[in-house]
Amino acid sequence: MSLVLLLLILGLGGLLALLSERISANLPRIISLLVCALALLYLCYLAGTSTAGEDDWLLHLKTPWLPRLGISFELALDGLSLLMLALTLLLGLIAIAASWSEIDFRQGLFQANLLWTLTGVCGVFLALDLVLFFVFWEVMLVPMYLLIAIWGHEDKSRAAMKFFIFTQASGLLMLVAIVTLAWQHSAQAALSFSYSDLLGSELDPQTAYLLMLGFFLAFAVKLPAFPFHTWLPDAHTQAPTAGSVLLAGILLKTGAYGLIRFCLPLFPNASAQFAPIAMSLGAAGVIYGAILAFSQSDFKRLVAYSSVSHMGFVLLGLYAFNALAVQGAIMQMVAHGVSTAALFMIAGALQHRLHTRDMNRMGGLWAQAPRMGACAMFFAVASLGLPGLGNFIAEFLILAGLFAVQPWLTAIAALGLITAAVYALWMVQQTFQGSLRPELEIPDFGRREMITMAAMMLALLGLGLYPQPVLNLTQPVVDQLLSLDFTARSWL
Amino acid sequence: MKLTELLALLPLLILAGGIVIVMLQIAFWRNLPLTVGLVALTLLAGTFSALPDGTSMPVTPLLMADDYALLFTMLFCLAALITALFSTDYLGQRGDEPEEYFLLLLLSTLGACVLAFANHLASLLLGMELLSIALYALIAYPDKAPLPLEAATKYLVLSAAASATALFGFALLYAATGSLSFSGMNTGLTQAASQAIVLQVAAVMVVAGLAFKLSLAPFHLWTPDVYQGAPSPVSGFLASVSKAAVFVVLMRWFVASDLFRFTALMQALAVLAGLSMIVGNLLALLQDNIKRMLAYSSIAHMGYLMIVLVAAAAPVNRAFAIEAASFYLVAYTATTLAAFALLAMLGAGHSGREQCQLQDISGLFWLHPGQALLLMVAMLSLAGIPLTAGFLAKFYVIGAASSGSHWFLLGTLVVGSAIGIYYYLRVVFYMSRRPEEYPAQPVMSQHWPARAAGWLLIATVLLLGILPQPLLRHLASILS
Repeated sequence: MSLVLLLLILGLGGLLALLSERISANLPRIISLLVCALALLYLCYLAGTSTAGEDDWLLHLKTPWLPRLGISFELALDGLSLLMLALTLLLGLIAIAASWSEIDFRQGLFQANLLWTLTGVCGVFLALDLVLFFVFWEVMLVPMYLLIAIWGHEDKSRAAMKFFIFTQASGLLMLVAIVTLAWQHSAQAALSFSYSDLLGSELDPQTAYLLMLGFFLAFAVKLPAFPFHTWLPDAHTQAPTAGSVLLAGILLKTGAYGLIRFCLPLFPNASAQFAPIAMSLGAAGVIYGAILAFSQSDFKRLVAYSSVSHMGFVLLGLYAFNALAVQGAIMQMVAHGVSTAALFMIAGALQHRLHTRDMNRMGGLWAQAPRMGACAMFFAVASLGLPGLGNFIAEFLILAGLFAVQPWLTAIAALGLITAAVYALWMVQQTFQGSLRPELEIPDFGRREMITMAAMMLALLGLGLYPQPVLNLTQPVVDQLLSLDFTARSWL
Repeated sequence: MKLTELLALLPLLILAGGIVIVMLQIAFWRNLPLTVGLVALTLLAGTFSALPDGTSMPVTPLLMADDYALLFTMLFCLAALITALFSTDYLGQRGDEPEEYFLLLLLSTLGACVLAFANHLASLLLGMELLSIALYALIAYPDKAPLPLEAATKYLVLSAAASATALFGFALLYAATGSLSFSGMNTGLTQAASQAIVLQVAAVMVVAGLAFKLSLAPFHLWTPDVYQGAPSPVSGFLASVSKAAVFVVLMRWFVASDLFRFTALMQALAVLAGLSMIVGNLLALLQDNIKRMLAYSSIAHMGYLMIVLVAAAAPVNRAFAIEAASFYLVAYTATTLAAFALLAMLGAGHSGREQCQLQDISGLFWLHPGQALLLMVAMLSLAGIPLTAGFLAKFYVIGAASSGSHWFLLGTLVVGSAIGIYYYLRVVFYMSRRPEEYPAQPVMSQHWPARAAGWLLIATVLLLGILPQPLLRHLASILS
């Protein structure tokens, strides 16, 4: 029940925020902040009190939902989902803080959609029944769509539509794969969509490969892996700041989570066969994203393409099938979530002050906003992988693990580190350094913004200096994943 | 005829009795509230008399009274009731003499219910004609506007031609098999294998006639014009009940006569399904009028539904496929009614001119949040987003097609749905446009029965998507 309560807090909190708008226009953001903080506290309480049961889950709940179709309401918490939930709620708080004074139209509905997106994402990280997972996967799109379509920037309609269609179309393929998998499985046993029942189904290799592709496509679009990334720059750029924070920080991570939780364990052999292609896509994404990021003049687009580059590392790490690389990929999910969220928040703050995202029209802002400049510098170097910060640990682990498997691909991917330095520093140079432009008069970060920035800096420093607790938390998940047989590998 | 047989036909008798009473009432004393009350009472009585009772018996060779018939009778009565609730306000603003409208609605509902009971080609034809002929008049009811008249004429000419074609097909079937009843035809078809040519011609004519009624591509050309021209409540009734009724009788015929064994026929249906999905979804993209868009989307949805019929060809999957189709029909009826209900409420106070262009709903979210929610739920359900009835319906279709290994149709379904997202979401996007940017002022009917029916439809669509287990169990029990 406790997991349902977590979802209920967020879902009903959204409703409360929506209704509170009638009392005062500023009440929704306060309620939203409180609800999100309450959910985070509750999660901490859950994590503190629960211990792994005999079935390896910290918490597990299963009740029939639609027994006629073998669909159950099954939620479970393990180290990986706990980590992802913590990231979700933390970034949720940051997104609310980021939108504190930005939204001037229907605050209540905005905060409600924000909380409902968080509900959907938390559901994705908890659901263990494949249909329930799909339900959350799709449902979280609707409030996100509304966030972009209503509160987005100049080209919001196209961006929101593209985001929705890409995810929905690939999601339908996944639904077909889910249903077919369950039907194939029901030839031997009762019809069920439960993860534990479907794990280890006997499938004919060709069917398994096709089904795996169905899952992979849905997750690759969300990740986004090259060449399915084209929705991402538009959606990130047009979304309001809080929307970009949520998109980059957590929605992209649902794709990676889906790969770890469903795609790899359900189809180990097919995934192993597919690994060379997946890794090539990952490496291509790293380089391609970096090159495109460098050629952008729009601050948000640059950060968006850098996401494509960084998420390529996740794909590389996951399909290397060794403990180091998989741990690195999980670490990258968290570290990238935090650093990109921070960069988007800075981008939002700049746009709020300057009414433009064009870096050619910025420059020399450090003199007027030194705190903002310092924050931007910090997160830029975090994103380029400076040792001592979380992103370095993540990318280092991935490359170290990958080298044992694919030395050449590792060499190519390592180039991504150099290009990352180029575009990240270029970004800071264009905006904050250079000669002072007296016509740009902007106020510096205030106390609210500095608190959120400090929280994210601490998180990255913590991940970079003492990552062991996080690695310990996800160790059982990685061990369990790698206990599957991924040896049916064909070499490039 | 024994008393039990009469009791088994109680829903049909109640509807027919109600029609006579309403007709007399209108003849002697024209009074709109009384007419509406009587019609609502008749439909409610019809609904309650159609509660499942587990009987299954033929009543005369023409009709078959079983839980399958009762289920859809109930659905059609409820749908007609909702349509009636929206119609009072819609007609009230247009200032005609609206009493006969409700009489025609009852007649049309009776036709649909007869189709649910039909077990014989004669009752099929009777039901279909009763349904359509009342609809011609319903479409043309607002007699001061040119569009309804044009639509009614179009529908009359084309639908009559389709009925005649189907009828000719029935005659040829009778010539070949010597039987008009569904079960008699089953044995007749086995023996009539020698008359393959006659059967082929008959099949082509029947398929063409019924595909027209279901508006499957390439027999769909009438749909957008008629939907656009008809009054919105009637368009909703036409899109939901009249199509569902034809599909219901088609399923019974296919099962009772085992028409699934003719592979050429099934292949033809598969082609129709694929074409409908592609044509419907692609043409819906081009529409700026919501009613035309819904017309093309209904073509696509009939295509999805035909997948299930094709999947029922394999005997192992038949029970599941029919269950899938039944759920799809219930979900689709509720969703379609919800979409047209909003259009019926929209544009009050414009003296008869309907407002169904996309820009007419700009900013609906901010001006009329309740009604905007109704349209949004309907659109999300048509698009098949989870937690709405449409998702589970699509889930069922995918399940049926996947168990029958119809990969090509499944692929078309995925592509079609992906295209569909665009035009459904466009409606949501227009509704969420900020009022200061687009100064449109959609006017909404504030009539309480219409508003209550709107909330009822929202609840139904969501309930069918979230907690449909009782219905699923009922479907499984009556179809196994």
